[in-house]
Amino acid sequence: MATISDPPERGFRLSQLIFDTRYRSMTIQVVAMILIGLLLSWLISNTINNLEALGKDFDFGFLSQPAGYDINQQLIDYNNQMTHGRAALVGILNTLLVAVMGCALATVLGVIAGVLRLSNNWIVSRLTAVYVEGFRNVPLLLWIVLIFALMTESMPTPRDFRGEDGSSMILGESVAITNRGVYIPNVVFSRSLGGNEIAAPEPEAAAPAASTGANMAGTYGASRIATGGAGVQTGQADDNASGSAEGGSDAGTEEGGEVIPSSSGWDWLLILAVLIAGGIGARVLGKRASHIQEATGKRPTTLPLQIAAILVPLIVVLVALGASLDKPELGGFNFDGGVHLRNSLIALWLALSLYTGAFIAEIVRGGILAISKGQTEAAYALGLRPGTTMNLVILPQALRVIIPPLISQFLNLTKNSSLAIAVGYMDVRSTLGGITINQTGRELEGMLLLGLFYLVLSLLISGVMNVYNSSVKLKER
Amino acid sequence: MSDTHAQTVAYVRDTMLDQQDPPLNQTGALKWIRENLFSGWLNIMLTLLSLWVIYAALSHLLPWALRGIWDASNLSQCREIIAERYGAGTPAACWAVLAERWPQLIFGFFPKELYWRPILAFLIFLAAVAPVLFSSVPRKMLWVSALAPFVLFWLIWGGSLWGPVAAILGFVIAWAIMAFAAPKIGTLLSVILAIVVPVIYWLTLCGPLAGALASVVPLALEQVPTQNMGGFMLATIIGVSGIVLSLPLGILLALGRQSDMFIINKCSVAFIEIIRGVPLIVWLFTASLLLNYFLPPGTNFDLMLRVIIMVTLFSAAYIAEVVRGGLAALPKGQYEAADALGLDYWKSMRLIILPQALKISIPGIVNTFIGLFKDTTLVVFIGLLDPIGLSNSIRATTDWNGVYWELFVFIGLCFFIFCFSMGRYSLFLEKKLRREHR
Repeated sequence: MATISDPPERGFRLSQLIFDTRYRSMTIQVVAMILIGLLLSWLISNTINNLEALGKDFDFGFLSQPAGYDINQQLIDYNNQMTHGRAALVGILNTLLVAVMGCALATVLGVIAGVLRLSNNWIVSRLTAVYVEGFRNVPLLLWIVLIFALMTESMPTPRDFRGEDGSSMILGESVAITNRGVYIPNVVFSRSLGGNEIAAPEPEAAAPAASTGANMAGTYGASRIATGGAGVQTGQADDNASGSAEGGSDAGTEEGGEVIPSSSGWDWLLILAVLIAGGIGARVLGKRASHIQEATGKRPTTLPLQIAAILVPLIVVLVALGASLDKPELGGFNFDGGVHLRNSLIALWLALSLYTGAFIAEIVRGGILAISKGQTEAAYALGLRPGTTMNLVILPQALRVIIPPLISQFLNLTKNSSLAIAVGYMDVRSTLGGITINQTGRELEGMLLLGLFYLVLSLLISGVMNVYNSSVKLKER
Repeated sequence: MSDTHAQTVAYVRDTMLDQQDPPLNQTGALKWIRENLFSGWLNIMLTLLSLWVIYAALSHLLPWALRGIWDASNLSQCREIIAERYGAGTPAACWAVLAERWPQLIFGFFPKELYWRPILAFLIFLAAVAPVLFSSVPRKMLWVSALAPFVLFWLIWGGSLWGPVAAILGFVIAWAIMAFAAPKIGTLLSVILAIVVPVIYWLTLCGPLAGALASVVPLALEQVPTQNMGGFMLATIIGVSGIVLSLPLGILLALGRQSDMFIINKCSVAFIEIIRGVPLIVWLFTASLLLNYFLPPGTNFDLMLRVIIMVTLFSAAYIAEVVRGGLAALPKGQYEAADALGLDYWKSMRLIILPQALKISIPGIVNTFIGLFKDTTLVVFIGLLDPIGLSNSIRATTDWNGVYWELFVFIGLCFFIFCFSMGRYSLFLEKKLRREHR
């Protein structure tokens, strides 16, 4: 039969390229490729011509030239004599810092709000609806600017913390919320792996002098943190000025006196490693309990053991390192010690988290609603209790719906962190895409690198998401 | 057996009881409150916490807003009036800043005597979108929608009337070719001609023709440069043009990404991923800093136009992903049924696939539009005066230095009304188009 219905063999005619569906797609593709190629070559030749006309070349050498500007928040060592590349790296780390902090807080907020919005409690669900709709329908930029204005104009100045009747620090005299930012305690170690410096007899003397100078230099007074490293280390100069008030910063570290507790990256790496090991240990214990349950039908109580597996090594390490809290204290004109979280970071972090949290709340709500009621009823019919039903039946199915849009919200948050420009937070757009471009005049290279950074980050995260997606996908026949 | 029955009868009531009211705590408001607000200790705590939050928010906001001063010429005068009326240090809003500056927040620096033009344009815009949004509006109104872009452009930017008219002529030429030439020379050739001839016309003849017409019958409005536009007018212009242009582009990109043709598919994927992977701010800076590198030397065009192009491309990539989800959600049988009917690609897409796919993706598309409208605030970073930029410049004047809550509340409320109504419209549309489970 098949041989009869075969079309008669005929020679190839040129008109088949257009009228025969077998060849037409090839024609269209070739035409499209030629058009796109022409467009690209036109753009590239224009760029080359324009660059020649301006007397510029295409060169990434500027990355190894000294930057010459200060960055007010640095997670790694940086000063204005280091290269533009290093400055970009500082910016990248700042972007990642606010992105990670934002993702964590947004998830917490979003999950709470999403669950509460499904609550039977009328007032609570309405209130959450107001939060979600309010944040979803107003531009993020407005929230960032608003929170920044709130922080800088409505909070007490450090001076107000002096005396009895002024403002007071919260959480056991350890956190100070001022109009210059939030001061929180820092964990420091007297036997730090990075080595400790020995204090000068009067370490206090240098600090007030330094901060006085900085205060006179700029509007945003710079504060000096004697013990940085763990969280956010603040630099010396104010937000915009390049290179001022550098002197006197390292004056306090001389011979004699007692050990200054400090912290280095190694300490935190060690603590992180111990935590991960503890987590793995707890998992092993849980798996062993499941094995015993499958073999004998009885599940041994492992929760206290699991908690101990995480906590005991951590406490041992903290004691071995000699950990202590370094609380911020009111110095001359400002707070000393602890970690200074700048207003720009706080405003960006809170606004990003609240805004993205509203979107995540809707995702969580949708995910839980997507699981049909029959699943719950079936679980109850099997005799499972509500808690077990949630853990074993509802959540695994809901997570499959929730995780992909959740990760794309994380991506959005990371990209939205480029709004840092509104509050002067020194993220990668402000360093590499802002000051570096202005100083070197290399817009093309700078924007290209900036775009590449965001692109690679996005592709990495969505790649991970795809792997996860295919691992939890419903195994259909 | 009848004996036993006779004995049991004694226990059976032989008169009916009157219908009783349900117990008081099982009905009405009391039951509702018990079940909804105080059903367990967790719920009681949540209720009390929410009540406290509501009280705290309202007790600060309401007096502040209601005490507000509406007539003052600057902040210090406003504060004096507050001190005089309520005593010093009482929190009260200075709505006077809005009363004085609202034209600026809405129109930017558009000339005062020409305010009628954007207002008329807005009314025409409403008339033009009505038939698109609501099917109960007479279909003839669609002609208004078709002509509106040209009229709106003319009203807002001004200039000679003949420019838009000459531009419309290009579309008329395309229509004429499709209507009259297609039966004679075949569909394919006429489609190509209908694209090529108007483009040649716009590039060569259009300008001189408009000039000639203008010299014969000078009909012109005063021209307003883009730098003078700002505030919500600017946000609406960018937002609406972005929305109108990005939907068709996004659908094309989604079709490209679904296509079997290797090159088209890969180009669409690359375009969508590159655009989506980079924040809008970076694209806007690219538009303002780099676009001159990519164009022939000496080309320079309006910053607002660049922004509209960038915003359109950006949201088209997002819409493409949303529509792709809708296309993927359709059962394969729909594609096969369209093929079995003998429809070609474009017909099957237009008549079978896209209507269903777009219906599925309405919520996502509207969310993208809401996002686009909110993102128009980002143009402040490349020097256009959107509402937030204007609020900054108002706060920088000596009169109103220190006002911020009032401006933010106003701007936030305006955006909220716009975006919230878009969201509600999408819910309405979803309900109207729902065909199953009715």
